Amino acid sequence: MTITLNPNKQTFLQRLHIDGWLLAGLIALMGVGLVTLYSASGQDVGQMERQAARLVVGLVVMAVMAQIPPMAYRRLSTYAYIIGLLMLIAVLLFGDIGKGAQRWLDLKVLRFQPSELMKLAVPMMIAWYISKFTMPTKLLNVVVSFVLVAVPTVLIARQPDLGTSLLVASSGIFAIFLAGMSWKLIGFVALIGGAFAPIMWFFLMQEYQKQRVITFLNPESDPLGAGYHIIQSKIAIGSGGLEGKGWLQGTQSQLEFLPERHTDFIFAVFSEEFGLIGVFILLMIYLAIILRGLIIANRAQDAYSKLLAGSITLTFFVYVFVNMGMVSGLLPVVGVPLPLVSYGGTSMVTLMAGFGMLMAISTQKRLLSR
Amino acid sequence: MPLKRQTIRDHTAEANLFARRASIAFLVVVAMLITVLSNLYVLQVKEHNDYQTRSNGNRIKVLPVAPNRGLIYDRNGVLLAENRPVFSLEVIPEQIDDLDATMTQLTALMGITKEEKEAFYATLKGQRRFKPVALRTNLSEQEVAQFSVHKHKYPGVSIEARLARHYPYGDTFTHVIGYVAKINKKDLQKLVEAGQEDNYAATHDIGKLGIEKYHEELLHGEVGYQQVEVNSQGRIIRVLNVDPPVPGKDIVLNIDLELQMEAQRALDGQRGSIVVTEPATGGVLAMFSSPSYDPNLFVHGISSKNYSRLLNSPDRPLINRSTQGQYSPASTIKPHLALVGLDKGTIDKDTTIRDTGRYRLPNVSHVWRDWKRWGHGKVDVSKAIEVSCDTFYYDLAYELGIDNISDSMKSFGFGSYTGIDLFEESNANMPSRGWKRARFNQPWYVGDTIPVGIGQSFWTATPIQLTNSVNALINRGQRYVPQLLRGFRNENGTVDLEALKSLEPVKIGNDSHWDLVMNAMKLVVSGEEGTARHAFSDTPYQSAGKTGTAQLFSIAQGEKYKEEEVDERLRDNALYVGFAPYEDPELSLTVVIENAGGGSSNAAPVARRMMDFYFRDRVFETQPEESDSTPSETTSDISI
Repeated sequence: MTITLNPNKQTFLQRLHIDGWLLAGLIALMGVGLVTLYSASGQDVGQMERQAARLVVGLVVMAVMAQIPPMAYRRLSTYAYIIGLLMLIAVLLFGDIGKGAQRWLDLKVLRFQPSELMKLAVPMMIAWYISKFTMPTKLLNVVVSFVLVAVPTVLIARQPDLGTSLLVASSGIFAIFLAGMSWKLIGFVALIGGAFAPIMWFFLMQEYQKQRVITFLNPESDPLGAGYHIIQSKIAIGSGGLEGKGWLQGTQSQLEFLPERHTDFIFAVFSEEFGLIGVFILLMIYLAIILRGLIIANRAQDAYSKLLAGSITLTFFVYVFVNMGMVSGLLPVVGVPLPLVSYGGTSMVTLMAGFGMLMAISTQKRLLSR
Repeated sequence: MPLKRQTIRDHTAEANLFARRASIAFLVVVAMLITVLSNLYVLQVKEHNDYQTRSNGNRIKVLPVAPNRGLIYDRNGVLLAENRPVFSLEVIPEQIDDLDATMTQLTALMGITKEEKEAFYATLKGQRRFKPVALRTNLSEQEVAQFSVHKHKYPGVSIEARLARHYPYGDTFTHVIGYVAKINKKDLQKLVEAGQEDNYAATHDIGKLGIEKYHEELLHGEVGYQQVEVNSQGRIIRVLNVDPPVPGKDIVLNIDLELQMEAQRALDGQRGSIVVTEPATGGVLAMFSSPSYDPNLFVHGISSKNYSRLLNSPDRPLINRSTQGQYSPASTIKPHLALVGLDKGTIDKDTTIRDTGRYRLPNVSHVWRDWKRWGHGKVDVSKAIEVSCDTFYYDLAYELGIDNISDSMKSFGFGSYTGIDLFEESNANMPSRGWKRARFNQPWYVGDTIPVGIGQSFWTATPIQLTNSVNALINRGQRYVPQLLRGFRNENGTVDLEALKSLEPVKIGNDSHWDLVMNAMKLVVSGEEGTARHAFSDTPYQSAGKTGTAQLFSIAQGEKYKEEEVDERLRDNALYVGFAPYEDPELSLTVVIENAGGGSSNAAPVARRMMDFYFRDRVFETQPEESDSTPSETTSDISI
């Protein structure tokens, strides 16, 4: 029997199961995204309208997800994971090829990326599995958890979609970490991971992915080819300076020197036009969202909710870090968008669904004695 | 309790563990964001200038802007070479969906030929797709109109205008002004060698011939630059800054358009040359080489058919006869030789010979004949010029010897370039012992010297050399470079005159020798036996001159030259050099007409026509002296 806490003191938003702080942060990001997109798309109002429509869809998905009680998610975890896994296998067998990778499953009525589902299903599954036992987690549970993470990760990496597999892997690993995996084990896993890198290189990575890494290590080696993205992106960011060139004034983006400027490289457009000051403000918005997410996780009542909320929040940070890292030349180019700012619907809707879950955890609490 | 602890979760401990781990995660997040921020700080603040430079390097391109070519005027301010907009049909491949279909439609509309199409596709291959490619250049006004009506049907196809050279007087000035045409590989190589390739970065045409080539540097001007913003495809977005080009200088020629046109009319249908200069300055008033051709054909690329027709024509229109034609000067150089003879003391004004029409050297069987079979009888130096007595000069040449002749004639400019402002010039040939040794590996024989006395054998001269040597006579030894360039035209129409260029003067000790020779040349036109007296009868001005007839065909000893029996191309060249007015000459000229026959009946009338034209509006107060004796009985036989 679950009843809400202090029903009389609830605000309007709480009654809608919406977390005000989180919503404010998300709306701020969407605003930044639309403003930057208008510039990056060459003042294409149509493109902006399409993105706005997607964001509205994302908000609706978030609101719907927020209405579902966390315990329902918990019960759905295993089903979501197994269905997701089956669909990943189906993609590898029958999937559509888009941009040289098999990511799409055509279900006649809608095209669907099972890897997107896994971004949520994996942390749900790990949270469900670990929360069955007491924390800190035992070694055997950790091993099982890693296997549960590794299977979908490898399947997604083979599509190949390095960016998503990275996000899926980290979402599971974060849950394991938050569950109190021992530091000794963490050190050991890090060592194994280090040993795994060459295996990845020789057996799992595709030629184009290897090329990205090579290019990342020395972008100037191929300034007109593979290194072009990184070089032009760094020029855009660097030439933005402290204050930026001003909205719509970024020459690198307006004159189309910057590739993928409205999708994965939109951060370069933003940096060029709004400078380090703008970047700092943007980072503060992201940090605020992450902080709010971790607070929600910390205040959650049960282990499943805590682990899920923490994992979703930290995975959101991985998006931010990997995207900014690759655009500014810290990391190799893997296809990770800047969350809620980059143009595109699929991953944004998944993110918003995740935030919906966070809001559900934040706003739907049971009166339960310890 | 211990049992209970194992089964019942310790929620507080778990919450604390999670809180610790979440805090650690948050700290890691902050640390990583600081890493990102520091990296951005390095890019955006520390290395900002470097990236700013690279960003500008991306977007700002400096494009050269061609200067407008200087115009060319005649001495009276008439425009002889102008820049006209020309229209070309240009195609931007990038903007066309179906290029082949468009080409088919354009072929139907504009009648694009197969050659044009081939050239178009060849250019297309090596170019970026947003750059326009010319499909047809130099469109006529009808073609422009024809396309303009249908323009809307052809996106990506447009008519573009650019300034191109046009020569309104066509073939009248081809050998003087020359022409410009598209810069080719060879031109480019020369420009690179001269360090001028940047200056020509935007220039389409370059001077290929004549004044256009010689004064290329003056006419071209200096390239300007345009700073433009381009996008990643290199398309120009906007112009940021303009450093305008310096246009080429407008130049004024010494040429008088009317006189030049008269020269062209006078030589119509004949092969030859007329050079008219201003003796006081060496300025060239008219210079026409016949036949000529239309220089405008070359500006937009002459077709190979037209070019081979010009190249293979037996009349050799591509040669500038005025400066490149090497003709035996024949009797036109007799005044010069007389002067040298007088100066060296070989003869004096009273030296006479008895001309029997035949000249022989001691112990040599060869007979040199006078043009007049029975000879001129008793002849002195003045008479020898007036009647053009050959025998007198055979003997003079013999007495002077080739070394004296060669050296002194070289001081008149024979055998060397006059330095006229044209690259198309020949130095012709003033023979000498050394020359014959080098050329034929033979010694100079005395017999070789005799025909040199009448300007034949190995001696050749160009019309411009002849004219300049006459100027040396008029100026009493003072010599100038014959110049086409008169000066530079300022914006307000005034002209800054180009300085005269002096040449080494001819040194003759005694002034009376000049007088004697000049007077003898006057007698050529007004003496009772003067060879040009018929041609110059009743002129309102007093002129002077010398006729010449150059044999191109050796007749056997004892044979008689019969014009009608000789192939046309082997007939004599007719020559005339002259000047007027006799006192204070304003013009000097040379007329050479190939295969026309005798100089007195063929070249002298043309020379008179030119002088009459030059003085057409002039009233002369002092009429030429009337000859005080009756005409001789030999009139009908004069053929020189």
